[in-house]
Amino acid sequence: MNFDKELDARGLNCPLPILRAKKALAELTAGQTLRILATDPGSVKDFQAFAKQTGNELLSSAEKNKEFEFFIKRK
Amino acid sequence: MGATPEIAVIDDLIRQRLDEILPQKLQEIQESKTPSMAIIATKGTLDWAYPPFILASTAAALGWDVTIFFTFYGLQLVKKDVSDLKVSPLGNPGMPMKMPFGPDWFKSINWNIPNVIQAGIPGFETVATKLMQQTIANNGVAKIEELRELSQEAGVKFVVCQMTVELFGFNHEDFVDGMDYVGAASFLPVAQTADVTLFI
Repeated sequence: MNFDKELDARGLNCPLPILRAKKALAELTAGQTLRILATDPGSVKDFQAFAKQTGNELLSSAEKNKEFEFFIKRK
Repeated sequence: MGATPEIAVIDDLIRQRLDEILPQKLQEIQESKTPSMAIIATKGTLDWAYPPFILASTAAALGWDVTIFFTFYGLQLVKKDVSDLKVSPLGNPGMPMKMPFGPDWFKSINWNIPNVIQAGIPGFETVATKLMQQTIANNGVAKIEELRELSQEAGVKFVVCQMTVELFGFNHEDFVDGMDYVGAASFLPVAQTADVTLFI
């Protein structure tokens, strides 16, 4: 999937992946996509809730080798 | 009730119409409202510094309006320098005492040290705090300074209880900038209209 910016949140724990993602999204323009890598297992549910609350669209959420990859499109 | 037949008919119509349009109207109001949270932070230790700042910074990231009212020992959390926040395992049976270094078998040992021994060893809290700080770093958990900064950056409003500032002999210069010094009468109306109110 194409993306405009990447955030490496691996090794970070709650709530840092969300806080960093929020900041990274603020640097994008509407319609651009952020790719996030994380290792916090709680981040799967957290990014779903974050997307629902903020209106930014969670395009995909996947797990591979205990790493999580999210694509979020800025509102 | 004494309603005339005409009024009874009108009342019925109104009820029927309200049933039809009210749920959608309420949902619209709910969705257009910015959620808000008011937290009272009363604890001044390294461990209890986390809940207010984690919740405040996260809520702000979700777009909520957040206010934290710092009072009593919570004043420690808004001092310019929070590097001296300590954690105490003394009288805290819920706190696992594990080492943040060494091989896995060593790290998994829970050091069950009796209170009387903890209390008798000078510097026990300082050592426990150092170990906690190392554990925090090992787990990729943010430092309090960072969460506090992110909270302020994201527009979390910090208000401070002026009475306890005086009670404990602090000065405004001891604290970070950008805070209001107020009393209970200023905080309560904020809490009244908040969707979430927490006492920590």
